[in-house]
Amino acid sequence: MSDDERMQREMSMALARDVDAAFEPFVLAYQDRVFAYTLNLTANPAVAEDVAQETFVSAYRALQKYSPARRRALALRSWLYTIALNRVRNLARSPAAKTVSLDGRATIDVADRGAGPPEYAERAETLGELRGALARLALRYRGAVVLRHVEGREYAEIATLLGQPIGTVKSNVHRGLALLRADLQRRGHAQRSSALG
Amino acid sequence: MLKDLRRLGKVHAPAGFAGRVLQAVGLVDRFASLESPLGRVYVAWNLHGISAVMRVPDEAAFRREFEALNGRTLERSREIPPALRRAMESGSAADARRLTYDLRSCTPFEAAVLRKALEIPRGQVRPYNWIAREIGRPKAMRAVGSALANNPVPILIPCHRVVRGDGKIGNYGLGGPQKKMRILEAEGVDVIALEHWAGRGMRYKGVASTKIFCWPTCAAGRRAKEQNVRPFRTERDARAAGYRPCKLCRPAAA
Repeated sequence: MSDDERMQREMSMALARDVDAAFEPFVLAYQDRVFAYTLNLTANPAVAEDVAQETFVSAYRALQKYSPARRRALALRSWLYTIALNRVRNLARSPAAKTVSLDGRATIDVADRGAGPPEYAERAETLGELRGALARLALRYRGAVVLRHVEGREYAEIATLLGQPIGTVKSNVHRGLALLRADLQRRGHAQRSSALG
Repeated sequence: MLKDLRRLGKVHAPAGFAGRVLQAVGLVDRFASLESPLGRVYVAWNLHGISAVMRVPDEAAFRREFEALNGRTLERSREIPPALRRAMESGSAADARRLTYDLRSCTPFEAAVLRKALEIPRGQVRPYNWIAREIGRPKAMRAVGSALANNPVPILIPCHRVVRGDGKIGNYGLGGPQKKMRILEAEGVDVIALEHWAGRGMRYKGVASTKIFCWPTCAAGRRAKEQNVRPFRTERDARAAGYRPCKLCRPAAA
């Protein structure tokens, strides 16, 4: 069993015993993953934080309703990704938020915050562009690409958490990557030609 | 591009994020101010137990120091848990032991020191080396001192009842030796007599009628008649005179 799996196992056992006592360590253990996920889905730090917070609040309410056996059986990380994705989906549906989450210009970058390697700073612009391009992808591609290539999850896990056949997930990831590359190339050309202008 | 996508995942949640989540679901620490033998103090608690007791000038200072120390936010409570009020008012060790304490910020050693201090009855004191011996770390006296100095829940966990090995009352985190003297006197300890005894090198109180020796403030020793009291400088003196250590206050290993 990997450290990661062991941590998940211990955490779900603790939650099965006592939701209130285990909830703070649970948030601390998964806050970075959930925030990274919502940030890469929305490309907007403020929106991402709201969505990440709502994700944990819904998780807490659900945990309180679940039986100890059900809490013990939860695959916590996948479960949080699912809740977060549903939240982002709701956000995308509400007209007020549309401009925020789907507008490619909302590319404020926080990937280089903290003590990262120095090349981060130089790459910040690229990473910001990349996150912006991600946010322009249709949600069905975006969710799959982020889970596979940003969060590094296995296809089987993604298929389970999205409730889709594995083939569908694979094709959405590949299609998503192709669209992402095409988008970045088009933008790159546009920028270069306007610079030559 | 796949490498760059991977980098997009290297993000930390914003500062204070977990605290805001806990607040949103009602799991933040609650607090109130209470009267104590040292005047008004601020007390915080959560699901794990009492998490902080501080003597600070006002609520803003309490919030600031609590958040800096614990990284969690506070919410004022309209009610004070009755068990907390009772323990604070009575100063009784039994009442204080009935509360639970959130010692998650302490190391296991520090927590053991604090739990041991919780056993000292009101009106009595024990030296640092007593705690060190009782928790099975007889050489860790200095560490015992710093664990008590960092007590997150003073007054309730009575670090003020732990005094120096030479019998002097020693320092106190909640306002220095004067405050320590004040709270001990409020609990019925004759601090002057104690320091006077210590000044003459007397560390143990023997009772001639029972041939038992105690810490000077032990309740069993206090009941002895004046003419039966025999002071001892060392454990060896007491044992040489045919005395055995008291089983209640355990001035020495039995």
